[in-house]
Amino acid sequence: MPRRPSRRRCETDVSDFSEELRKPVTEDEQMETSMLSAKGMHFPWLQKQLETVVTGGKKKKDFAQTTRTCLSFIQDALLKHQWQQAAEYMHSYLQTLEDWDSYKKQAAPEIIWKLGSEILFYHPKSNMETFNTFADRMKNIGVLNYLKISLQHALYLLHHGMLEEANRTLSQAETWRYGEKSSSQEILINLVQAYKGLLEYYAWSKKKMELSKIDEDDYAFTTKSRNMLSQSWKTSVNFCALIKTPGVWDLFVKSYVEMLEFYGDQDGAREVLTNYAYDEKFPSNPNAHIYLYNFLKREKAPRAKLISVLKILYDIVPSHTLMLEFHMLLRKSEKEEHRKLGLAVLFGVLDFAGCTKNITAWTYLAKYLKQILMVNHLSWVQEEWKSRKNWWPTFHFSHFWAKSDWKEDSDLACEKALVAGLLLGKGYRYFRYISKQDHEILRKKIKRMKKSVKKYSITNPVV
Amino acid sequence: MFLVPLEEKEFRERCSQCAAVSWGLTDEGKYYCTSCHNVTEISKEVISTAAIPNTKINAINRGLKKKRKFEKGWDWYVCEGFQYILYHQAEALKTLGVGPELKDEVLHNFWKRYLQKSKQAYCKNPVHTTRRKAKVLEDNLCHSDWASELELLSEADGPLESGTEVQSDFEIPTHFPITKAAQSASVCSGSLDGVEYSERKEKGIVKMTVPRTLAFCYLSLLWQRETITLSDLLRFVEEGHIPYINAFQLFPEEMKLYGRDKGIFAIESWPNYEEIYKSMIEIATFLDLPRFPEVTEGCYLHPNILCMKYLLEVNLPDEMHGLTCQVVKMTGIGEVDFLTFDPIAKMKKTVKYDVQALAVIVVVLKLLFLLDDNLEWSYSDLAEAYNEEHKKDKPWFDFRKWYQIMKKTFDEKKQKWEEARAKYVWKSERPLYHSHIDKPVVYKRREMVVNLQKQFSMLVDPTPVVEKKGPSSFQFNWTEEGTDRTCFHGHSLQGVFIKKGHSLITKNSLYWLSTQKFCKSYCKHVTTYEESNFSLSYQFILNIFSFLLRIKTSVLHEEVSLIEKKLFKKKYSEAKKNSSGSKKVRR
Repeated sequence: MPRRPSRRRCETDVSDFSEELRKPVTEDEQMETSMLSAKGMHFPWLQKQLETVVTGGKKKKDFAQTTRTCLSFIQDALLKHQWQQAAEYMHSYLQTLEDWDSYKKQAAPEIIWKLGSEILFYHPKSNMETFNTFADRMKNIGVLNYLKISLQHALYLLHHGMLEEANRTLSQAETWRYGEKSSSQEILINLVQAYKGLLEYYAWSKKKMELSKIDEDDYAFTTKSRNMLSQSWKTSVNFCALIKTPGVWDLFVKSYVEMLEFYGDQDGAREVLTNYAYDEKFPSNPNAHIYLYNFLKREKAPRAKLISVLKILYDIVPSHTLMLEFHMLLRKSEKEEHRKLGLAVLFGVLDFAGCTKNITAWTYLAKYLKQILMVNHLSWVQEEWKSRKNWWPTFHFSHFWAKSDWKEDSDLACEKALVAGLLLGKGYRYFRYISKQDHEILRKKIKRMKKSVKKYSITNPVV
Repeated sequence: MFLVPLEEKEFRERCSQCAAVSWGLTDEGKYYCTSCHNVTEISKEVISTAAIPNTKINAINRGLKKKRKFEKGWDWYVCEGFQYILYHQAEALKTLGVGPELKDEVLHNFWKRYLQKSKQAYCKNPVHTTRRKAKVLEDNLCHSDWASELELLSEADGPLESGTEVQSDFEIPTHFPITKAAQSASVCSGSLDGVEYSERKEKGIVKMTVPRTLAFCYLSLLWQRETITLSDLLRFVEEGHIPYINAFQLFPEEMKLYGRDKGIFAIESWPNYEEIYKSMIEIATFLDLPRFPEVTEGCYLHPNILCMKYLLEVNLPDEMHGLTCQVVKMTGIGEVDFLTFDPIAKMKKTVKYDVQALAVIVVVLKLLFLLDDNLEWSYSDLAEAYNEEHKKDKPWFDFRKWYQIMKKTFDEKKQKWEEARAKYVWKSERPLYHSHIDKPVVYKRREMVVNLQKQFSMLVDPTPVVEKKGPSSFQFNWTEEGTDRTCFHGHSLQGVFIKKGHSLITKNSLYWLSTQKFCKSYCKHVTTYEESNFSLSYQFILNIFSFLLRIKTSVLHEEVSLIEKKLFKKKYSEAKKNSSGSKKVRR
């Protein structure tokens, strides 16, 4: 397995669900859920009230209070990795499965499953067997949790490297049905299938590795490759349903595309990726565009096509490393508008604190600024600079940075100095500090830099 | 209990109560008057049940223990359920050391009186048989002999089965009104009258609830002047020494509970002091109880004794007792008339003995240390310096040191208490269900929970099984050896007194009132407690003291204010005149 499939994909992780738990269930929500159930219409809150009328209609039951405290104690213990203590509190928290508040009772199995599996995952006395028993028990409390728990059970098994067992669990879940297929069930079944597909992908990619070691003329090669072929067909069925549903399915999409490409189904792969990136029902996902871009690059797609893909990525993640590639594409474009965007992209990258020491970005910017100013597109530069002149000087070009940049990376300092000079003039401290430095190798460069600044700086009075 | 009107005219004397000649036989074989329900000592020698076939069964208290199919269990009434609970609670109190009279006489009589007043039994036309109002006899209660009915309660532990068998020979006559009720009721309650009971809303009748069983217990304790306060009782309940939550588990297996019975008998909260206190007064009034036995100086409930107890409990110097006694005397709260509960009196009010005693201690602390977050600390500096110099003498009480120790101890105790509460097992082994339809589901769920619990308990180290502490009216033991906690009982208060002539008077001559103006509107509370308005020391003391009683801080604050009202009566009336009284009162 290349890496453990992210749990987040299919299920919320601990931090997510603790938020969920903290969210108090309001009266209205409760009402809504009960009112919405079209079948067997009833008013549970009314019934509840009737029950409490006798005892005087109490506000908040101690049961509810102590179980809530118990929950917070469990969470606390989990946070501190006190598995033993968590198990102790869990013992009494299990009572919530018998809560008389039907809403809470319904919510209990999921909470218990999540807490319990977390405890059993880490508890030193716990083992595979305990976990499996627990999972099997929890699967069968109510019908709503079977699929979810099966899926997480499979992930647990995967984590312990028990691929076969995981596969078996998934197969069981795949064939499980309860009543009419509801939409929530459907997506879970799709997920179950997709994870099965992922397991098959894993087997496939292992075989692929083996295959690459075998000579093509070998007899074994043909059988093996035939095996692979049939497997791919099966896997594609598994992936298909899921990746058509809106969501973030990076891992599955990647594996699927890899297999499609391997068998030469370029069109299929392109369709999957395009759909994944452009379908509006899907949540905005930078990875979708990155995958598509990389695919198109492999395919040697025309520049305009590549630019259009990266343009979207630029809108979502302007600091992405691919932005430098994007800049190169734009720079080479014939369209003036693209070349103008090329400048904006560079400025955009350098807006981010994580990119301040990216020498490539600075080199590109220095070079491009000079180039643009040479062809008299002063307005482009001014436009970008307008919003940044208040903060870039302290963000990038302070005296402190001048000193430390020079000490750490004099090449970077030179590039930055040129940019500083062009944008802020030769009198600015960063430029002045660097230009005063005496360096054998860089002497020539600095000289050239000074000349450029003198000639092109935007602070120069307009001639 | 079965009362059988007599057809054969064997006993022809006039009734001592109402002079009527109309006798019936109780199921103990004693004669009772069918017009006034007076039960006599005279009993018919042998009344074999077989000898009175097809007799009309007239009054029901114990219900008809007719075994239908076994799964259906007995026919039983809601009031019987409460009777079981009361019986077991009384038994538990007996184990706690309370005299047996409490169960056999006091509580029993209260309960009987309740059944009568609520027209469920011991009256002409009990609610179960007809809806007609019946005249209830009142004045003969104390004179008549109740010994025979003692069985009523005691039956639960043994002779129940035999009793059942006897009655099981009878067929319920079809015209009997119960059967009609039973048929409809059995649909959604195990008891015969569960549905009817939960819907009954009769004006002027105090309906029985599980919390009210504790009010009954407390009334009996008060009547007997036992050494258990209300807060003690509730704490024992919480600690599991007295059956309360899931008390229905103690019912015989044949008494099936489901449906509406759940709403009546299942409890998901611990009793609340204020609530039980209120229902206690309510019940006493409803039962029309006479003035309770007097609470005199020798009684445990007298503030002087309780103050002593609580001074020990909160680790304060014994010397303070003299001062609490003084406050008690000045305020008049030690008077018999004030302390004795009289439900017939106009002001139906009793004393919260435990809260009051702690409030007195708070007042004394305020008198001595002012508790303004300033004086108590400067006195502590003096005490510390003195103790440093006179290591061999009796140490002066050091408020700071006391605060540090109490804070630490109470924080730990509170933490443990909260943990124990979080671990509390609420759900009974005998799950309650709504109807026969969801019975298997509920039982399956129960089994599942048990299995899961087993699984998780295997992950817990078996070692920290702390021995369950026996019940005690003390929660702390400061004199225990081997702890680093200082015991302040023997410390001296000399540091806060100065000599004036022959007597000692307190150094501090200031005082501030916890409540300036009492609320006189109809909102029922006399004062409010807004924590942030008060000094930290005061907050701390209220916090730990109220935790000791497991009550809300505002309750204690109110009690403190009420004592101050009595103590500074003059000041309050002056304040009324000037309306702009200064906060600090000079004594």
